[in-house]
Amino acid sequence: MFGYYLQLGLRSLRRNPVLTALMVIGIALGIAASMTTLTVMHLMGSDPIPWKSDKLHYVQLDNWSADQPYSDDGRPPDQVTYRDATALMDAARADRQAAMFKLSLPIQPENAEVKPFQALGRVTYADFFPMFEPPFAYGGPWDRAQDAEHARVVVLGQALNEKLFGGQDSTGRSVRMGGIDYTVVGVLGKWNLRSRYYDLTNGAFVDPDEFFIPFTTGIDLKARSSGNNSCFRSPGDGWDSYLASDCVWIQMWVELETPERLAEYHAFLDRYVDEQKKLGRFPRPLNNRLLDVNEWMQDQQVVSRDIEVQTGLAFAFLIVCLVNTIGLLLAKFTRKSSEVGLRRALGASRGEVFRQFLVESGVVGLAGGLLGLLLTGFGLLAVRALYPDYRTVAGLDWTMVATTILLSVVAALLAGFYPTWRACRVQPAAQLKM
Amino acid sequence: MEIRPILSALMRNKASLVLIGLQVALTLAITCNALFIIGQRMDHMHRPSGINEADTFTVGSNGFTADFDVHATTAADLAILRAMPGVADATTANSLPLSSGGWSTGVNLRPNQTTATAQTALYLVDDHGLDAFGARLVAGRGFRPEEIEEVAFGDQLKPRVVVMTKALADAVFPDGDALGKSIYLHETEPSTIIGIVERMQQPWAESDSIEYTTLVPVRMPYGNASRYVVRTDPGRRDEVMKAVEQKLTEANAGRIIGRMRSMEAIRAEAYAGDRAMAIILGTVIVALLGVTALGIVGMASFWVAQRTRQIGTRRALGATKFDILRYFQTENFLITTLGLALGAVLAHALSLWLMQQYQAPRLPWYYVPVGCLCLWLLGQLAVLGPALRASRVPPAVATRTV
Repeated sequence: MFGYYLQLGLRSLRRNPVLTALMVIGIALGIAASMTTLTVMHLMGSDPIPWKSDKLHYVQLDNWSADQPYSDDGRPPDQVTYRDATALMDAARADRQAAMFKLSLPIQPENAEVKPFQALGRVTYADFFPMFEPPFAYGGPWDRAQDAEHARVVVLGQALNEKLFGGQDSTGRSVRMGGIDYTVVGVLGKWNLRSRYYDLTNGAFVDPDEFFIPFTTGIDLKARSSGNNSCFRSPGDGWDSYLASDCVWIQMWVELETPERLAEYHAFLDRYVDEQKKLGRFPRPLNNRLLDVNEWMQDQQVVSRDIEVQTGLAFAFLIVCLVNTIGLLLAKFTRKSSEVGLRRALGASRGEVFRQFLVESGVVGLAGGLLGLLLTGFGLLAVRALYPDYRTVAGLDWTMVATTILLSVVAALLAGFYPTWRACRVQPAAQLKM
Repeated sequence: MEIRPILSALMRNKASLVLIGLQVALTLAITCNALFIIGQRMDHMHRPSGINEADTFTVGSNGFTADFDVHATTAADLAILRAMPGVADATTANSLPLSSGGWSTGVNLRPNQTTATAQTALYLVDDHGLDAFGARLVAGRGFRPEEIEEVAFGDQLKPRVVVMTKALADAVFPDGDALGKSIYLHETEPSTIIGIVERMQQPWAESDSIEYTTLVPVRMPYGNASRYVVRTDPGRRDEVMKAVEQKLTEANAGRIIGRMRSMEAIRAEAYAGDRAMAIILGTVIVALLGVTALGIVGMASFWVAQRTRQIGTRRALGATKFDILRYFQTENFLITTLGLALGAVLAHALSLWLMQQYQAPRLPWYYVPVGCLCLWLLGQLAVLGPALRASRVPPAVATRTV
C-alpha cells in the first residue's frame, strides 16, 4: 500500500509543480539554515577525546593579587606560573602530567633551497603524548628520562615533516631551530584535532602545533612563550626573576584514572597551596579547580555566542518555513476534497486517506531534505569563507547528513499533520454532489 | 467600509488566518532583532582606530644565527626603511591597533598603588612613532630622539615621558589637565605626560577599554625579533610592501622577514567575526522575508481559486473589479495586522531573552514600528498578484457549474 501512496503522492506533487516547488524550497531553506549553524555549533562543542575526556583535568590555582581577583566572576587564572608548574611536575602526584606552553622558533632547513621560516610549536613533557594521544606516523615520543636530561629532541608535526623532509621517515635526523640542532624522535601522522582544546587560552581554532620539544630544553632557551602572559605585578628584570615571578603563562594538565584519584589530587593541590601560603604567596582564598576537558571547553566558551545566536535564529526561521508549508499543504489538500470524497465513497477508511496524505507530506520532506543537504553544503562553504578559522568545524559527516534528511522528513510530516487531518474529515456525500 | 464581511469570512477560515498571522509575527520578531544585531556589529566595525590605515603596514624580523645582533640590525633596518622610496616614515613597535596581540598594564597615580586607576595598552615606539602611525597629536609634543631608551628584553619599563590617548587622559585626569602630570606605569618610577593624541585604539578589538592607550619611548626587541610599522606615501603601500622583504634580507640574511600585513588586512581580520555575523543574519532576513512573501502569495492564490464562484457572484451583483481587489488587499491587511500585534510582543520577548542570555542591549523602540510598516508593505505587494487575478474573474462564472 505504501508504494501505491507514494505513487499517488508523486503524481499529485507533479500536478501542481509551482506549489510543490514552493514547499520544497521553503523546507530546504529552513533545513539548510538550521543544519549549517547546528553543524558548526555541534562540532565546535563536541568532545574532542570522548574515551578519556573525564580523566584529563586542567589545573587552575589562584595565585593572584590580594587587591583584586583575576576575573570579576571569581574564576582563578586560566594558566599557572613556572614555579607552580614545575613544582607540580616534580611532585608527580597524578597518573600522568604535562605542563606546556606555546613557542615560536626560527627553523633553518638543511635543504638550502627552502628559506628559513618561523614555526609555532609546543614545549611540553613526555606525558603529553600518552595523555592527548596524537597518532605517530614514525618513531614515538621522547621519554621521562629525556625530560630530566634536557634532551635536544623534537617530535615533528605532519605538516612540518612534509615541509622539511618531504613527508619521509625523518627519525634520527636533525633539525636546526633557533641555531640549535634537535634530533627527530618521532613524526606525527594526521591528527584530526577539531579544536586545540589543550591550550584554549591561545585560541581553540588555530593551526595545529608544528613541533614539540621537551619543557626542560625549552626553558634553557630563555625564550618567552609566544602565547598569553599575565602578571599582576612586574616580574622584575631578567629571565630568572621572570621564572620566579607570579606571572601565569603555562598550561598544566593532569590525567587521573578514577574519581578517587581526582579527589586525592584535589586534596594534594589544596595542601600545596597551603604550603605556599606559608611562604607568603597565594594571598587569596583557596580557589583551585580541576575541570575536565568538556567542563574546561564550556568554561572557555569554545562554542562562540555568535554561533549560538545564529543557530537559534536559524531554527526560528525553520519554524517560519514549516508554518509556511502547513499553509501550502492545507491549500493543496483542501483543493483535493472531491478526490478524498470519491475515495471515501469507494470504501477507503479515514485511516487510509490519512496515510496517503501523510506519505505525500513525507515525500515533500524528503525532497526538501535532499535539496536542503545540498544547500547545507553551500552554507558550510560560506561559513568557511566567512570564518577562516572554522575549517575544522564546518564539515558534514554522515551523522549530520542523516540528521538533515531525518529532520526534514519529520518536519514535513509534522507540517502535514494538520492539513491531513483536515482532509480526512471530508464528508463523502458533500463532495460527490454536483 | 467592508471590514465586517471580511472579518466574518476570515473567522470561518481560522486556519489560514492563524498560519499567515504566525508567519508574519515570527518574521517581525526575528527581523527586528537580527537587524538590531547587524546594526550593532556595523557600528562596532566602523569605529576609527585613530591611525592612518590606508597606507600603513607592519613587518617583522627574527634573527636565527648564533651571532645575531638584534640592536644593530634594528637600527640598520630603520635607516633602510626610512630611506626607501615611497616610505613616509617608519618606527619600531611592539604591536599596533587591532592586531590582537600586545601588552597592557595598569596606570597608577601614586607609587606602589595596589589597584590600578585604569588599564592601558602599551605601544613601544621611537621618536618617529606618532608620525609612522599617522596618529593626530591634540596637545603637547611627540618623543625626541634623546628620549628613546634601549631596554633589554625582559627588563622593566621605566619611561620618563609618555604620550597617551585623550580618552585615557580624561579617564585618569577627569579635569582635563593631564598634560604635564605624572603617572606610574612602573611601581616607583613616575612618567610625565608630554603629549596627548586624539585617538589610537588598543590591539584588542573586543576590549572594554579599547580607547585607553599609552605610547612609551622604548625600543625593546622580543628575543631576536623586532617589528616595524611603516607608513607609505598615499597609494604606494602595495609597491613598498613588495620591495621591503628583499631590501631587508639583502641587508642581513641571518633572519626571517615575516609577519608582513597591511593595516587594512589587520582590521579585516580583527572584525571577521562581526562581518560574518552581519552577513549570516542578513542572509537569514532575506530568506525569511522571501519565504513569508511566497507563503502569502500561495495562500492568497488558494483563496482566490477557492472563492472563484463567490467572486463571480459578487461581480454579477454589481461589485466592480476594484471592489474585489480592495477586498483581498483589506483581508491581507487585517491578517498582517493581527500577526504584527503578536509579532511586536514576540520581538520584545526575544530581545529580553537575548539580554538575559548574552547581555545584549535592549531593542530600541523604533525597530518594531518600522518593521511593521515594511511587513504591511510586503503583505500588500505579495497579495497584489492573486488579488488582481481575482478582480479579473468574469461575472459569468457565477452562472456556471464547476
